[in-house]
Amino acid sequence: MKLTVNGEPHDVSVPDDMPLLWVLRDELKITGVKYGCGIAQCGACTVHIDGQAVRSCQVAISDVQGEITTIEGLRTPDSLHVVQEAWIEKQVAQCGYCQSGQIMQAAALLDVNPAPSDAQIDAVMSGNLCRCGTYPRIRDAIKSASAKLEG
Amino acid sequence: MGRLRTIARRSFLIGSVAIAGGVAFGTYMVRKTPDNPLIDDLAEGSATFNPWVMVSDEKVTLIVPHADTGQGVASMQAALIAEELDIELGQFEIDFGSPSAAYYNTASAGEIVPFMSTDKGFQAETMRTVMGAAVKVLGVQLTGGSTSAPDSYHKLRMAGACARETLKLAASQKSGIPADQLKTANGAVQLPDGRSLNYTELASIAAGIDPVEDVELRDPSSWRLVGQDMARLDVVAKSTGTMAYGIDLYLDDMVMGTVKLNPRKGAPLQGFDASDAEGMAGVQKVVPVTNGVAVLASNTWLAFQAAEAISFDWATAEYPAEQSDHWAEVEASFTDDRLDAQWRNEGDVETALAQGEVFEAEYRTPYVAHQPLEPLSAIVKVTDDQVEVWATHQLPRFLQQKVAAITGHDDEQIIFHNQFGGGSFGHRLEFENITVTAEVANQMRGTPVKLTFSREEDFVQDFPRQIGISRGRGAVADGQVTSMDLQVATVSSSRSQADRLGQPLPGADAQIVAGAWDLPYKIPNHRVRAYAVPGLAPTSSWRSVGASTGGFYADSFLDELIHLAGADPLEERIRLMDDDVSRKVLEEIGQLSNWGSPLGETQGRGVAFVHSFGVPVAEVVEVTNTDAGIRLDKAYVVADVGKVIDPVMFDNMMKGGLIWGLGHAMNSEITYADGMAEQTNYHAHEGLRLYQTPDIVTLGLENGEEVKGIGEPPVPPAAPALANAIFAATGQRIREMPFHNHIDFV
Repeated sequence: MKLTVNGEPHDVSVPDDMPLLWVLRDELKITGVKYGCGIAQCGACTVHIDGQAVRSCQVAISDVQGEITTIEGLRTPDSLHVVQEAWIEKQVAQCGYCQSGQIMQAAALLDVNPAPSDAQIDAVMSGNLCRCGTYPRIRDAIKSASAKLEG
Repeated sequence: MGRLRTIARRSFLIGSVAIAGGVAFGTYMVRKTPDNPLIDDLAEGSATFNPWVMVSDEKVTLIVPHADTGQGVASMQAALIAEELDIELGQFEIDFGSPSAAYYNTASAGEIVPFMSTDKGFQAETMRTVMGAAVKVLGVQLTGGSTSAPDSYHKLRMAGACARETLKLAASQKSGIPADQLKTANGAVQLPDGRSLNYTELASIAAGIDPVEDVELRDPSSWRLVGQDMARLDVVAKSTGTMAYGIDLYLDDMVMGTVKLNPRKGAPLQGFDASDAEGMAGVQKVVPVTNGVAVLASNTWLAFQAAEAISFDWATAEYPAEQSDHWAEVEASFTDDRLDAQWRNEGDVETALAQGEVFEAEYRTPYVAHQPLEPLSAIVKVTDDQVEVWATHQLPRFLQQKVAAITGHDDEQIIFHNQFGGGSFGHRLEFENITVTAEVANQMRGTPVKLTFSREEDFVQDFPRQIGISRGRGAVADGQVTSMDLQVATVSSSRSQADRLGQPLPGADAQIVAGAWDLPYKIPNHRVRAYAVPGLAPTSSWRSVGASTGGFYADSFLDELIHLAGADPLEERIRLMDDDVSRKVLEEIGQLSNWGSPLGETQGRGVAFVHSFGVPVAEVVEVTNTDAGIRLDKAYVVADVGKVIDPVMFDNMMKGGLIWGLGHAMNSEITYADGMAEQTNYHAHEGLRLYQTPDIVTLGLENGEEVKGIGEPPVPPAAPALANAIFAATGQRIREMPFHNHIDFV
């Protein structure tokens, strides 16, 4: 089965129903994408398919159509993504395990809505669970990134 | 029970030596400095000055032995060393080091002794000294109990200073300039003529010099790092997906798999049929382990699928099968024969409550799971000569013992590579992921084995927080709280943990009443008694341990009495307060939250105060009673830790602790049916999500005499502050977690 991840083509031989998450991790060793719950409750496995945020634990590999971007491919070779810069500036991470998914979700949000309201941030980001409780800094970082995009 | 006989919290760490032996250690043993473990593997031309600093001709390595599960202690430890070593963040590498007695926890004794942390009397201080000696002699290396900051604060600055002075001697030898004319900065010794010698250039000379030990620490006014906003060393990796947690490691020739253990925790497996599983895609092997099986496959997900296809004959649980029976056992525990200890008894509660009106209330707290977002996993490779383990753990020397008992090696042959952890909250004090992986790897010597728990398996195998009930009786007079009699019955999570460590815990368990008995209030008639509930499901330390339940009981009941007296909730707490540092915390929360300012008609605000892990914390929560349910608007947190080492991390811990406390009080419980936890994923045990998170303002105070940790203390006041706020807004008193069983939240 062929797939393109972060601009690189790959060919894997796995059962059709294997979730994209486990192809990325155990087959391709792309580990920025995390296993958290397996049932789309935590968002740690969030990647982009053609720019849309999806839970990779819920997408069978045979159903994948489009280019996959993981946290490793979010930045350009020259610079971090504006969301990543904001995450670093605001010192969001504690354990950090959910943050790949949080950043991918936030980047997808700002891509379609560069100036989200508080309610829109709450609505979009509440599918991403953080057990450490970094939510106040996630809000700050999204607003900071938004200000840069708007600025 | 006399207090000196009452050995409490985590005294399993001390073991039977301290307890049965009457705590008799020779002076030699106590004074002796444990060997520096870095010396064993030191390369030619490299130097080490103490267990925390190593310099080669290529790099400076700082050892940060406290496990970092997200609380940021790797950065904090490094900063303390770097402060005195005059090296900048980015000029050194960090390493969690090997398990060693040298990394014994100098601060855990304060949590073990059964005295209020505000008690500086002779008896309390003597016990702290004795227990400190025991921890040192036994070499107890622990990350937990919010002790990383107090353990590190002096010790690691000394380590940096000793290394710095030794490197100056090396520079003096190399340059011929007397050491007292040398200065240090930027990872180098600065010569008077403006030249500098990098520490790495001095490694081989320094290796031949006896480390300087007699140094003075710098005055805080000259600090570059400590007390300033610091950038965490791991923040870039954690923002770019490049941080490798234990679960992300793939070794050459490694086999992968998962495990399924009896969901009735601790009970055996009587039989299984894996014939369907063995024929499934990618499945390599099904391996029996203690109480279950491991499934090895070419991909973790394929192993998950195969594990589901195995039929099992599980033995029944040793604890009650149904949740209602768990509650019944707790209810039946307020008896003399289950009295674990009477922790305080001032005035005369019996006489005081024999006359006039007595107010009574009962509070309940369920089992709650840890469930950090990184599922349990481990990698183990066994060879005849040694065992290597890759995982995250808070008790690395006990881990060595557990693994050695399986593989037959000596403890010293167990090489443990501690990893950055994707959360813990107490979960990584347990060993199941380590021991099952070691069992499999021992049968496949030479091959690294990685086992990953599915989220569902992680949930059902989690040893949750203790279940408990508290009953309060109290009285008020003339607008004041005059009597408070609190009985607390919980499972002893410390004893449950100690049993699994094979270190039976004698004496009373202070955690049953932590956060409840040790509140520094002066109430004329005040009694607190603890009852231990036997025979229920195994439990473990859950972020803030006993205080997470005890704080809810005591502060909620006090709040009810204050309302009954018609007093102001904050003013009456301040009036009752008998500790200056704590009183200041209460006064500051009033300032910060603008206590007393008008709120809307549907709004309410609640305050709570709990003293845990030596840290007084006050929290105020403001809520609105909307048509759809309670909305959390704002929250304020004030704590006094003596010294805020890194304001950014401190703020993160304060907010995270509050959110942890709120989320689980509102939304989470573990219940048992047929001997198994009914909640097996996050949809059924949510904690807090972003949409329910209030705006949070924090403030750190530095009036306390000692430096304390902040990982756990902000948790306990969150639940009572919210319950008190809901009462203020609605008149409804919520006395049972999770609150969402009694009121809706939006």
